[in-house]
Amino acid sequence: MQRQVALIKQSLFDQGYLDEQFMELEELQDDANPNFVEEVSALYFKDSARLINNIDQALERGSFDFNRLDNYMHQFKGSSTSIGASKVKTECTKFREYCRAGNAEGCLRTFHQLKKEHSTLRKKLEHYFQLARQAGPKETARRPK
Amino acid sequence: MTREELPNLAESKLTALVVDDNFVNQSIHQKLLSRLGIQNDVVCNGKEAVDAHCSGRNYDLILMDMDMPIMNGTQATKRLREMGIESKIAGVTTRANEGEKKEFMEAGLNDFQEKPLTISKLLSILHKLDFYVQT
Repeated sequence: MQRQVALIKQSLFDQGYLDEQFMELEELQDDANPNFVEEVSALYFKDSARLINNIDQALERGSFDFNRLDNYMHQFKGSSTSIGASKVKTECTKFREYCRAGNAEGCLRTFHQLKKEHSTLRKKLEHYFQLARQAGPKETARRPK
Repeated sequence: MTREELPNLAESKLTALVVDDNFVNQSIHQKLLSRLGIQNDVVCNGKEAVDAHCSGRNYDLILMDMDMPIMNGTQATKRLREMGIESKIAGVTTRANEGEKKEFMEAGLNDFQEKPLTISKLLSILHKLDFYVQT
């Protein structure tokens, strides 16, 4: 089962969902906090759900306050960078570029894609953590090849 | 650096303050400090950092985010230096343009690192600020 967990993790990196920052977080896990990464991920998804909701509401109003949208996305990008959520981070960057260009259509299109990537990552990580818990503790975190 | 090679600075009794409005970053930065044996507190913005010092708390190291509501990192750093706080302050932020970075440094930072913060970057801060000697 450890092998299955390792393969799933490898695929998350190979498919670009996660980057090296995720490995940095796994290396912080210790006996005092064996589930640190799962806890931080849960925090991330809770916080990012709030930001998505804020952005959704702002976009639904129809009047595009690009400064406010950019501020929300700055926070979102920051969190995404910190946990290694690579694809989500990329969409955050694109969104901010559209904000700076005052491109409402670009913002809407990118935000739609961002929500998709965010939802996909959430499902994949939930599955990964569930299997990892079942498999039990591993000796050391290994960097993907 | 493997887990086993990480220095334990608990004996040096260093203290640190994490100043960041982002809960994910707060959690990660606190964990990074704890892994090195550094006791730490956290506040959510620059004003809370200033208030903490006004109430008599003091820290060896402050990890200061730049973009925060109410009082940002640049303003908080200036204010702390005006108050005579001599703690080492390291700015930790996502990529800022050169002008913003310069302004942040000139507010009174001792060091600056780009997020995301990692063990290596934190050790670099500690080494540069003479809290840790690499062997």
